[in-house]
Amino acid sequence: MIAAFRIPGAGRLKQAETARFSFDGQSYSGVEGDTLASALLANGVHLVGRSFKYHRPRGFLSAGAEEPNALVEIKRDAARKTPNVRATVQELYDGLTAQSQNRWPSLSFDVGAVNDIASPLFSAGFYYKTFMWPKAAWKNFYEPKIRAAAGLGVAPDQPDPDHYSARFAHCDVLVLGGGAAGIAAALAAAETGVRVILADEQADFGGSLRFESGAQIEGQDGFAWAQAAVAKLRDMDNVRVLSRTTAFGYYAQNFVGLVERVSDHLRNPGGELPRERLWQVRAKRVVLATGAIERHMVFADNDRPGIMLASAARTYLNHYGVAVGRNVGVYTANDSAYAAAIDLKKAGVDVAAIIDLRDNPTGPVIDEARALGIEVNFGRAAIRAGGKLRVSSMTVQPKNGGGERTIPVDAILMSAGWTPSVHLFSQSRGKVAFNDETKRFVPGTYAQDCVSVGACNGTDGLSATIDEAYAAGAKAAKDAGASVVKGTKPKVDASESWSRGMLGAAPGAGPDTTVKAFVDFQNDVTAKDIRQAVHEGMHSIEHVKRFTTNGMATDQGKTSNMHGLAIAAETLGKPIPQVGLTTFRAPYTPVTFGSIIGHARGPLFDPTRKTAIHPWAEAQGAVFEDVGQWKRAWYFPKAGEDMHAAVDRECVTVRKTAGLFDASTLGKIEVVGPDAAKFMELLYTNPWEKLEPGRCRYGIMLREDGFIYDDGVVGRLAPDRFHVTTTTGGAPRVMNHMEDYLQTEFPHLNVWLTSITEQWAVIAVQGPKSRDIIAPLVEGIDMSDEALPHMSVREGRICGVPTRLFRMSFTGERGFEVNVPADYGQAVWEALWAEGQKHGACAYGTETMHVLRAEKGYIIVGQDTDGTVTPNDAGLDWAVGKKKTDFVGIRGMARPDLVAKGRKQLVGLKTKDPKVVLEEGAQIVEDPKQAIPMKMIGHVTSSYWSENCGRSIALALVAGGRDRMGETLYVPMPDGTIEVEVTGMVFFDEKGERLNG
Amino acid sequence: MLLIRCPYCEEERPELEFRNAGEAHIARSANMAGETDDDFEKFFFIRSNPKGIIYERWRHMHGCARFFNAVRDTVSDKFLMTYKAGEPKPAKLPGAAK
Ligand SMILES: [Zn+2]
Repeated sequence: MIAAFRIPGAGRLKQAETARFSFDGQSYSGVEGDTLASALLANGVHLVGRSFKYHRPRGFLSAGAEEPNALVEIKRDAARKTPNVRATVQELYDGLTAQSQNRWPSLSFDVGAVNDIASPLFSAGFYYKTFMWPKAAWKNFYEPKIRAAAGLGVAPDQPDPDHYSARFAHCDVLVLGGGAAGIAAALAAAETGVRVILADEQADFGGSLRFESGAQIEGQDGFAWAQAAVAKLRDMDNVRVLSRTTAFGYYAQNFVGLVERVSDHLRNPGGELPRERLWQVRAKRVVLATGAIERHMVFADNDRPGIMLASAARTYLNHYGVAVGRNVGVYTANDSAYAAAIDLKKAGVDVAAIIDLRDNPTGPVIDEARALGIEVNFGRAAIRAGGKLRVSSMTVQPKNGGGERTIPVDAILMSAGWTPSVHLFSQSRGKVAFNDETKRFVPGTYAQDCVSVGACNGTDGLSATIDEAYAAGAKAAKDAGASVVKGTKPKVDASESWSRGMLGAAPGAGPDTTVKAFVDFQNDVTAKDIRQAVHEGMHSIEHVKRFTTNGMATDQGKTSNMHGLAIAAETLGKPIPQVGLTTFRAPYTPVTFGSIIGHARGPLFDPTRKTAIHPWAEAQGAVFEDVGQWKRAWYFPKAGEDMHAAVDRECVTVRKTAGLFDASTLGKIEVVGPDAAKFMELLYTNPWEKLEPGRCRYGIMLREDGFIYDDGVVGRLAPDRFHVTTTTGGAPRVMNHMEDYLQTEFPHLNVWLTSITEQWAVIAVQGPKSRDIIAPLVEGIDMSDEALPHMSVREGRICGVPTRLFRMSFTGERGFEVNVPADYGQAVWEALWAEGQKHGACAYGTETMHVLRAEKGYIIVGQDTDGTVTPNDAGLDWAVGKKKTDFVGIRGMARPDLVAKGRKQLVGLKTKDPKVVLEEGAQIVEDPKQAIPMKMIGHVTSSYWSENCGRSIALALVAGGRDRMGETLYVPMPDGTIEVEVTGMVFFDEKGERLNG
Repeated sequence: MLLIRCPYCEEERPELEFRNAGEAHIARSANMAGETDDDFEKFFFIRSNPKGIIYERWRHMHGCARFFNAVRDTVSDKFLMTYKAGEPKPAKLPGAAK
């Protein structure tokens, strides 16, 4: 059955191809090619939403991307609910389910509409003024109430099940906008053979040719010509045509972001297709053919459903075959609305009257309207619209006052003129210029290699547009390197043309303060709000915009900016260019997070790094923790063990027999070359020249400011070769730091740096039995204490594979770190594990590693230091070469405030109650009875339960800490103050005898 | 996204491949340990932060990994030129007359 407002034979859709859909639970039928908007209008539905602030009933203002009112939720399933979809761009598919937003309990009866009556509370600057009220009232009352009462759609509450793809592309000429201008420019460029991309946000190319019934190109209807021309472009190998693709951002150096909506219009998108595709295009030249947007008339109650832009009504008729009413009124300050009235009249719709604000306009469309018997009134204003859920009348008055007349209508078409779409031009950092004669901003000074053509450039008329665009397309191709120019310019046989119009409020907009004459529909900003903002002292348009929120909704003020500016200028008594245009920012239309994120979500958000031994640890039931991008085994619980029990057992086992620990994530850098030792002298605080090959040293790296940057054990393998280890998290920045100095400050040094973190798996074997475990597997290395003392390194073989065997300890026990090529990591680990089992050794994780090193007072850079700790603060003066004349940080370390007394120093803390474990990060005070805010003299950096010590242990940075040995300090916590004693940092085996134990 | 010309690779590459490394032409003293407090302050803490032309260091991190120098206009964000580390400040800038 054909819908009530569908006109048989009108429009371009195949009216037999029907699609069922539902809106707010009611079923309707539309046809293939409809938008949700055209399908609803075909069924006579105008009321589709409630406004943001006042909950006013709203219908369709437009037929395109500029739509501020008709925002709906499209629901495919529980997880696929998209809020704020503009019904005017959502293509209909069979089974589409849509819902209105921002209303309760129903669209026609909305409790929130009380905001409309209480509107003085919500006037301009309301947010800012409300902020001045008591803070608690804002937090507890206003914000939750306002958020609930005013707002747009509801965000989905489930993860997005769709996927999104991303493409990078390069081209010679990128044409943005696929109306007559864009197509002509693309044809001209494409015919030279250069690489062209043509993109348009609509499903069909043609732009305003969709509604301009008077356009004839190359002997055919303008829209038909557009389809043929685009089909020709699609067939060319050097051209990529992107429909449903919005250029949302124009960035530096002709870099343009576009979103292609791939499957939102399909009934069954299927699993293969992405929902959207992000295109990041770098173009040698860009042609902007973004057209113009019609403006509404600003008069009282101009937001009633059924009141829309004249071009929208014409699009619904000429493209979709839908009449927006049976008896329409027209209110205009410009010729284009006449064309809409004429087309509707010819299609059998009654046109009650054309109300033209202009005094005595002349032209063929006016004559034609009169010839068709339409009543035309000049010098008059529609001062008010009647009706609530649907417009029912327009009240008309001579524009300078006089008798009122109310004309019954069921729709009003309005046009205040056309605003060139300079959004992308402005985003490209081009400067717009105001044309005083035509009262519009057009592209002025260009900042990038682009050109504007057609309506967005202020060019009126189809012939002039195609002339300009074709020439610009050919020139862009030539500038991008084309040599051959062939092809012919499309011939315009007939066209429509109009310009001018009015800006700002029409007579029906007030000055009555109770009148709601909307400037910005989406943010509910009225002419009165803008006047009030000026009266309250906002004199810059940027201030007016923020104070009123005019143009700040997701429609980016496409219909409202110029009106708002004109009203502000008039109130200020200044010419428009002096008040200035607000800056346009990306995105041009809303962009989904999904398209920006693309594949970078879930496991693909950030790389996960796993060591060679990871699978073994996983099989053993290890619990892992994230350390940067690494997954590290945290602890290895046995059946029935919690973390605490597992860690206690691991700690005791390591000190009693031995433990195996995967230390592969340690950063490793090989420093090689004749000047390797000289380089090490400059990058670390320690002396290196005299370190014998085969020996190791604990090194400290500073920044130039004298603060600790990293640390690690360094082994000298040969006179010209150092095996440097870094902290797990520090490896990339240490490498960068070293490269920086080598390349720029010390380029005379003959040194090569190589990251070898991934090349070597590292198995730490620690504990009294460690040598017994390793020795049976090692070949070619004398494992005796004389031949391989603490802090030495040898190269040899283990399990038949090459090894760099370090004798070193991060536990205070006799210890080794077995480095093997990563591919052999797991096999060697398993062999060591088998040996270890004979001695009762355990595998231990990072938590036990942390506890054991804390028992020995070994620091962790980044935990016990925070970028403001010097070697002296950390008690590491012994690692600074006293005789050295230069190293990075030598001067910074001597700054007056870094050598001053009272600096925070690293010390140990013992709680008076040994069972109490301090909280890391807890603050320390001298006197717990002092008034709040207390003077904090330090904080806890590391704190653990130590099963080996039978008590809790902690490290802390405390002001003048080393002079406080034995002092009692206090750690105030929410549930009571904890007493602590300042101690040395070594809690276990103070003499260090176990290193050889 | 900016395109930056690496003077070592001799190619314009996307900004993603690069890391900024702070202001250029701040020489580290050959007698670092002997610097006065004032001189160290100037060397380490004080940066020009100009509105307009800045000389700065960049690293072609995900390319050749070399550090180099660049001249950039902080207002327009335009790179006027790039040159190798160790080369002197260019006497003349292309397109600077604008
Ligand atoms: Zn490079």
